[in-house]
Formats: sequence, C-alpha cells, structure tokens
Amino acid sequence: MLKITPLNQTHREMNAKMVDFGGWDMPLHYGSQLEEHHKIRQDAGMFDVSHMLVVDIHGENVRHFLRQLVANNVDKLTVSGKALYTCMLNPDGGIIDDLIIYFLSESWFRLVVNAGTADKDVAWITSQRDKTAPYLEIKPRRDLAMIAVQGPNARVKVWQVIPGAQSTTDNLKQFQAASFEQYFIARTGYTGEDGFEIILPANDAVDFWKKLYAAGVAPAGLGARDTLRLEAGMNLYGQDMDETTNPLESGLAWTVDLKSERDFIGKQALLQTTTKRQLFGLLLLDKGVLRSHQKVVTHRDQADGEGEITSGGFSPTLNQSIALARLPAEVAIGEEVHVLVRDKKLAAKVVKYPFVRNGQILV
Amino acid sequence: MSIPTQLKYTKSHEWVKSESDGTITVGITQHAQELLGDMVFVELPKIGRTLAQKEECVVVESVKAAADVYSPVAGEVVAVNSELESSPEKINQDPYQAWLFKLKPANAADLAGLLDAQGYEKALESEGH
Repeated sequence: MLKITPLNQTHREMNAKMVDFGGWDMPLHYGSQLEEHHKIRQDAGMFDVSHMLVVDIHGENVRHFLRQLVANNVDKLTVSGKALYTCMLNPDGGIIDDLIIYFLSESWFRLVVNAGTADKDVAWITSQRDKTAPYLEIKPRRDLAMIAVQGPNARVKVWQVIPGAQSTTDNLKQFQAASFEQYFIARTGYTGEDGFEIILPANDAVDFWKKLYAAGVAPAGLGARDTLRLEAGMNLYGQDMDETTNPLESGLAWTVDLKSERDFIGKQALLQTTTKRQLFGLLLLDKGVLRSHQKVVTHRDQADGEGEITSGGFSPTLNQSIALARLPAEVAIGEEVHVLVRDKKLAAKVVKYPFVRNGQILV
Repeated sequence: MSIPTQLKYTKSHEWVKSESDGTITVGITQHAQELLGDMVFVELPKIGRTLAQKEECVVVESVKAAADVYSPVAGEVVAVNSELESSPEKINQDPYQAWLFKLKPANAADLAGLLDAQGYEKALESEGH
C-alpha cells in the first residue's frame, strides 16, 4: 500500500501521471515534464513535497544536541528563522541523510529530512537523543504538508495567495524562514530558482494548492524536480551520495565544519580519510543521454582512471545531456572524458557545476 | 485510446504500415510514447542494415528512460526518418506520423504474423492497461 500526501486526490484531478517514489504515490508530471521545467525556469511552478518529513526537536539547549549530530555547525545559526544545509553522518563518515535545519529558538529547532530516509533518520536521531540528551522531545510532524513554489515569479504569486504575508517575508534572505498565520515560509528550494518552500497544516494544503494554481502557478512533478535540481547541481540522496560515500567526495566539503573544536559524529573518520574521488559535472559533447550508473573512462590507467555517473539526464535548459559523476579527484575541469553508453563511447567535457542558476546557463 | 485500424502492431508496441512498393514503415504506438514521456533523443539504424525479426534497431530516449525499438520482421533498412534526430518531440505529438524507419521485408509472408488493431488492443489489456 503506497503512502499518500494530503494532495493525492488533487493530483489525480489535475491528470497527474502518478508513480511509486520510495513507497509514496507521487506525481511524475501533469502532461509534459519539459513544459513544467521551463515554466519554473521562466515563471513559477509548484511541487507537492509533503512526502518529506518535518521533525521538530523541543527542549532545553537543542543546539548542543545538534552540534554533535550533524556535520555542519549549527552555531552559524544566530538569527531565529535562519536555515542550514547539512549532512548527518554515521561514525564512518558515511551520509545517513542530507537535511535542512531551521533555528527557531534555543528550545525549538526544525529539521526537514528526505522521504525515503525519514524512518531511518528518526530512529537514528532518537537513538542519539537517548544517549546524550534524553530530556529532548523528537516530534515527527506528519500533520504538516509542504509545498515548494519555485521560479522567478514564485514569491510574488505566493504573496497574491496569502494576503498580508509580503511584509513578513519580503526581506527574507536565501535560507531564511518566517511564520505567518498558519504558514511557515522559507526562502529555500531545490531548483536553482528563487522561491519559497511553505510548510502548512495538512488540512489547508488542498485549498492553498488550488489558490496557487488559480494565481497561475503550474503544478510540476518529480520529473521536472529532478531535471531542475540536476541543472542546479544539487545532490540527490540515494543517487549522488549515500551511507557508503562521505560529504568530502560528494562535493559537499563546504557543508562540513572541520575547523572548529566541536566534535560531531563522523568527524574522526573524515579527518583520517584522503579524498580520492570527487563529484564533477559532465556536459555530453556527442549525441545521446547520460544516465546514472554509466561508466566514465579517463585517459588515466584503467584501475584508478574510471568513474561513474551518479545522476544523468537531459537538460531542457541547455538542450543537451548533463550529469554528475564521481571521478578520480585529480581530473581537471575542461578535460575530455568518455562515457560508455550501450555499445558506444561518447565524449563528454568535465565542467564545474551548477549548470544553471536563476535562469542563466553557467557552463 | 484509439488504435488506427489500417496499421499492424507488435506486442512490443511498434506499429507497421504496409506500403504499395512492398516496403513497410515502422514507428512506435501512442501507448509507447505515453509510457516514455517527453522524447529527447532518437538513435536510428544505418540504411542498408540487415535486421532479424525482433532485433533491437532503434533507441528512443525520453526524459525518463532509454527504450529499444525492435524490428517487427526480418529485412533491410531502406530509409530512416532523420528529421527525428533534431525534433524527437514529433513522436510525442503524433506517433503515427513520426515514423522511425522503412524496411524491405525479407519475406512478405512474415507480415501475416503481426497483430491487427483489435489484437493489439487485447495485448494492451492483458498487460493491464
């Protein structure tokens, strides 16, 4: 039995093609994935991301608990509403999940974790809580829905739909959130465009979604979400990283604080590791489409010269295929490599990602 | 979904049109394009290539996945629709116009083994569609 979000019936009414996404019945597209992609790059679209889980942590000095739980440093969060992107590691430095942490008060932090890892995450966080901070309350919030409104016109359309919200959210910087009435409004996203991710009571989700639609926000499915995040060079958990890879070889060194005295789970392992592989962007020069798990060969010796595509696909904005690939760390930007696609060896150029940000092609 | 009655079909979702010169034209069905979603790349066979029945000869790639297209009967490729290389979306727009390749069948009698529209509809039903 697939799990459903509060918007399930609404997706079906809007003719969504539904798919099983990690046990959730979710929209893949509402007709054309490509149109949805372009709409978000050029105007505004929305995703139901209610399958992701909000986990609130309440109690005395939550910050102290999070300092050791995650790889990024929550001491960077000084203003209420500020958000931090981070990995949560196991003692070997492997990535249990990537998540966003919102600082609301010293006795209340909010985590947003991936759908497919939610149960595992809650179990892990709870086991750590039991060890080090048994007085804290871990509260999974399945009573909440989450809708991501993304695109250059996304914020204006949200303000049309929530009268009065503009004055509260006008000045939010990237990775900052504020509450307004029943809405928790964060200037975050997974597309490389401006916009909001809005957390709201599950019972209000259908009404809010329909009002956004009436305001001209196009519904978009997981298909467009994947091509948008790939163009934006954002990692997908389970594909570009998992428990067998660490953040340093996943292009996420910038999210790991190894400088401060603070200890965190996985820190010792990361300090002892040498990073032999790294994520790079690939731009396909030949015709075709790159897909995850295709093998990449470089001019280096067979044994250590190979790599693998972790996420590949067709970029609608570039009108050519792009990929993230884990390659030998010494590979140079601009180098030409080859990807084994069926019986062919296709030429690709190593590039620095992101490929696209705020509607602009960067490669 | 309406299935054109003047065409023949395979269980692997190719359509086949018999031409007056004895060749056949091959494409993929409406059902196949709907399953795959927006097309972004088509790899066509070389003209002159000899194909066995059910041999993989075309790759169509959508935003979602790559899929093989199989030769409905044995024969020789006599033409390909190279327009699709720059406009693969034509397959989504009208799959029964956007043909992939033309084949000169090795044995015209093989065509009798293909499904008619009714037979293809039954095959779809048994797939659970």
